[in-house]
Amino acid sequence: MPFRPAFSRCFSWDIRNTVGNIPMEWYKDYPHIGYDLDGKKIFKPIRNKDELDEFLDKMENPDYWRTIHDKMTGTDVCLSDEQVDLVHRLQQGKFGDVNFNEYEPAIDFFSNEVMIHPVTNRPADKRSFIPSLIEKEKVGKLVHAIKMGWIKPRRPKETAPQYYDLWAKEDPNAILGRHKMHIPAPKMRLPGHEESYNPPPEYLLTDEERQVWEQQDPDERKLSFLPQKYLSLRAVPAFSRFIQERFERCLDLYLCPRQRKMRVNVNPEDLIPKLPRPRDLQPFPTLQSLVYHGHSSLIRSISISPSGQWLVSGSDDCTVRFWEVCTTRCLKTMEVGGPVKSVAWNPAPSISLVAVSYGENVILVNPGLGDRLICSATDQLISSYEEPEEVKDQQVQWAVPEGKAQEQGQRLILTHPKAVKQVSWHGRGDYLACVMPDDGSSLQVVIHQVSRRRTQNPFHRNKGAVQCVSFHPSRPYFLVATQRYVRVYNLIKQELTKKLMANCKWISSMAVHPGGDNVICGSYDCRLAWFDLDLSTKPYKVLRHHKKALRGVAYHKHYPLFASGSDDGTVIVCHGMVYNDLLQNPLIVPVKVLKGHIITHDLGVLDVAFHPTQPWVFSSGADGTVRLFT
Amino acid sequence: MGGLQKKKYESGSATNYISRNKARKKLSLSLADFRRLCILKGIYPHEPKHKKKVNKGSTAQRTFYLLKDIRFLMHEPIVGKFREYKIFVRKLRKAYGKAEWGTAEKLRGNKPGYKLDHIIKERYPTFIDALRDVDDALSMCFLFSTFPRTGKCHVQTIELCRRLSVEWMNYIITLRSLRKVFLSIKGIYYQAEVLGQIITWLVPYQFAHDHPTDVDYRVMATFTELYTTLLGFINFRLYQTLNLVYPPKVTHSQPAVMLHFDLLSEFGFYCSLLSLSKLSALSASLVRVVSTAEAEEAELDHFPAEGEDGEKLAERLKARQDQDRQEKLFEGLKFFLNREVPRESLAFVLRCFGAQVSWDKSLCIGSTYDVTDETITHHVVDRPSLEKQYINRYYVQPQWVYDCVNARMLLPVEDYFVGVTLPPHLSPFVEEKEGDYVPPEKLKLLALQKGERPEEEEDNDDSEEEEDEDQSDDEDELKGMEEKQASSVKVTPGEAKPVNRQRAEQEAKAEEKRLAVMMMKKRDKYLYDKIMFGKKRSVREANKMSAKRKALDEASKANKKKKLKK
Repeated sequence: MPFRPAFSRCFSWDIRNTVGNIPMEWYKDYPHIGYDLDGKKIFKPIRNKDELDEFLDKMENPDYWRTIHDKMTGTDVCLSDEQVDLVHRLQQGKFGDVNFNEYEPAIDFFSNEVMIHPVTNRPADKRSFIPSLIEKEKVGKLVHAIKMGWIKPRRPKETAPQYYDLWAKEDPNAILGRHKMHIPAPKMRLPGHEESYNPPPEYLLTDEERQVWEQQDPDERKLSFLPQKYLSLRAVPAFSRFIQERFERCLDLYLCPRQRKMRVNVNPEDLIPKLPRPRDLQPFPTLQSLVYHGHSSLIRSISISPSGQWLVSGSDDCTVRFWEVCTTRCLKTMEVGGPVKSVAWNPAPSISLVAVSYGENVILVNPGLGDRLICSATDQLISSYEEPEEVKDQQVQWAVPEGKAQEQGQRLILTHPKAVKQVSWHGRGDYLACVMPDDGSSLQVVIHQVSRRRTQNPFHRNKGAVQCVSFHPSRPYFLVATQRYVRVYNLIKQELTKKLMANCKWISSMAVHPGGDNVICGSYDCRLAWFDLDLSTKPYKVLRHHKKALRGVAYHKHYPLFASGSDDGTVIVCHGMVYNDLLQNPLIVPVKVLKGHIITHDLGVLDVAFHPTQPWVFSSGADGTVRLFT
Repeated sequence: MGGLQKKKYESGSATNYISRNKARKKLSLSLADFRRLCILKGIYPHEPKHKKKVNKGSTAQRTFYLLKDIRFLMHEPIVGKFREYKIFVRKLRKAYGKAEWGTAEKLRGNKPGYKLDHIIKERYPTFIDALRDVDDALSMCFLFSTFPRTGKCHVQTIELCRRLSVEWMNYIITLRSLRKVFLSIKGIYYQAEVLGQIITWLVPYQFAHDHPTDVDYRVMATFTELYTTLLGFINFRLYQTLNLVYPPKVTHSQPAVMLHFDLLSEFGFYCSLLSLSKLSALSASLVRVVSTAEAEEAELDHFPAEGEDGEKLAERLKARQDQDRQEKLFEGLKFFLNREVPRESLAFVLRCFGAQVSWDKSLCIGSTYDVTDETITHHVVDRPSLEKQYINRYYVQPQWVYDCVNARMLLPVEDYFVGVTLPPHLSPFVEEKEGDYVPPEKLKLLALQKGERPEEEEDNDDSEEEEDEDQSDDEDELKGMEEKQASSVKVTPGEAKPVNRQRAEQEAKAEEKRLAVMMMKKRDKYLYDKIMFGKKRSVREANKMSAKRKALDEASKANKKKKLKK
């Protein structure tokens, strides 16, 4: 129904567009908008309103709000009062008709009262008299299902209280055996000051510490959180990892294996062995008393005269110096043709001879110190040598020096085929052993007899690089230390008596106790092995006192002392007492750590030697000094 | 020689352990159910001594359980319940899939459930055992009670957790057994002593959680299931020991409220909600089975235990007295909590030590008096300044309350006034051993506890020191003057070098020890080195801390001086 105009200003034609309910944009491009009842075109209004007209209309026309655009005719229609009212009513969900009463009293057509006239007179069906088959089937199915247990009746609601006194009857017998094995979970660690919201300032991390913390792996961190400081409680935020931490605790509780760990609750003082007090084991050297200056380079070797009055030292500056022990005075300096590797004073008191090795040579020197008689006797002994008739071809050349060397005191020069590293005298003073370390040759050790100027090579087979050799002080034994073993040869029977295993990587030095029962070996891997020759071929004790490689070891002649010098610059003096009673264990106690040498080029003490009569120890070091500790 | 050859892995440790997968198959449970069962029954893996033997020669990483444990799990009734539940879920899914709503409804009506009572009884045969393990249960319940009502877990669980935790707090208040409180950055630690057991739990701050994605809430929920059961039974028993009604009820002092309450009690749900909220207000005392006057404890007689001499008894008595005094720390004080302070925590702590607490009416139910009450002694405030202040009360920051509790005495309020920079809050759980670093605040506190007033002295010391310095400077100057005046040639009497015998003796001893250490056996040396390393490290750390503190103090002093000069 077209809208009827209410005001003169609203135009309206009594026309009907016959196109029907179609989208009107189909006629967008045509001048007409449809067809009227007679089939004639309805043309669009000539002039379309533009935005400006629309706006002006909106401002000026008081009926603008009730004007709507009719798409079917393309015209504006103004709604009448009734129409507006209708729209309002429909919007509020009311009936369109004003006069319609929606609350009229209801009159039941079928009432519960039986009327005399029935509404219908249809007779009742048969099925209303007989029980329903469908229902029967349904009930039967249900009954079957209940019987078969497919359907269960609803369980009655529980009425028992949720919580009650569970431990009302605590029966100690009811505790399971497994409960004794149960390990309760450890409690959470209690928080320290650093977890406080307002900790003391020292618990906060500095910037560097924070950086370190951030770079660390979360498992490695000492603190699982960053300590924070807040000025007041209201500024404290929620902890972001709270749920995670609780979850981790849960995981720990059910995933971690539990074990009872016996915590070692030891007083560290109890672990320290009870040793006799060093004071009770005196005498031993305690103080550095004298220093012998003079050498300009490291001193490889020192030796004391049997009288204990003189000291000889050989150094890398190609000199050998003779010192008076008590005054530190250098009595004599002898220059030789190369760095001195080893010096050894002849142990026989009636002979004044010193063996000095440098390069391939070993020279025997008569220092001319001390008793004139002895010196001259020594000279005589050497010069009294007569050439035997048949000259054997020897590997070592014996030569008598002349001129200046003779004046200096050199008496014999032995030229070896290889560099000599160590010289060692036999206790009687006639035999001299020299070491020429060489891995691949059988000529490593030679023994010279000075009185007959004879040389022999005791070994025909190479058994590894020889480090050092020593004569046994009382028995005809000869000790040869190779890299790992010490071999003891019987010189008379010409056979191997013993092979001592040093349990170390590389033996550096060796010393034999004057009694002849014990041997000590120093090694480059910081160990000192103490052997009892009667007991076993394994070390009785291995001492790891030094921090660096050992260079020299020495026994005292009379006192139960031995000393070791090492690259860490210290000399450690130990008390090593062996009792005649075989039941009592030997007592090995370190008694003094002597320091004094300055470490130069990573070398500290190179050689140690005891005074023959006094409890004094000499040490030579890489700093070019010899020191006397008394 | 006859006899059969022994086969490998048929006896010994290989038969005592079973790998997790095998155990799971033996119980015919899914991994999730197996996990749940292990959590509920408290079964944990074991680390075999010889892993390779147990693993039958393989070195693959496996978790091992004791075979005995798994056998023990086999006749656990709850395993059957798990299977029932699995079947139930399957049926329900089927019913929903077929859109058989009636069947689904029926199934839901018969949803199988299980109870954990017997497991609790079995795991904790005595009450003390249960109480010893309640730490984790409490922390978990307090955490779950702060969860939002949507999402991560069932609302019933959250409400149950809330109820249980509130019950626990009320019990602690009634018993007055709180000992220590600590405000950490993670949350608030409480420590209470219940029946001789030290129980510590952690409560998060009242904020919404951002739920992490790497957390398996099923595991947490299983634990919570166990813990709520455990805590419920413990609460029941604890309430019973105090003659309190369980579930707890609040005593009603005002008749009007009671009437209101009775009216409401017709609606059970509202009643429970209201009573819970009333309980959680923590401001009222609980109803007792026997009236309070009778239940009041008589003075205990002290009998010396066997083999205890007089001194120990006296010590014990003194400790007991200290504890009594601590329990009555805030007795007679009236507190008012301002809006911005954590109400629940403060109300809990204050009520545990006998104070009266109230808060703004609009803040929470259960406030007993107004701000305007003239008898209020302390007003807890946590804002930089307050406009309206009453003269006859102290305005303190919340840390004062906690520090007082930890110090077991009322600390001077001056350091905790509104807007004042607070002194550091120290952990009461740290017990410094000899050689550990002790922060100076702790030393100060210890001195305070002994009844000294170190602060003023210190100030005096400082000023005196400064004066001393001035004096010494003057003296130096004077000396310099004198020296200038005196002639340059001088005869000074020779000084005898003091021979420090003690020192020499000490050195000798130290050397002796060093030598003895050199002679230690290798094994002993290892242990000794380890112990000494630990000691040295702790000393180093302590030194580092004290150096840091010293530097900080000096910096702050310099800052202060600068400010003063300005």
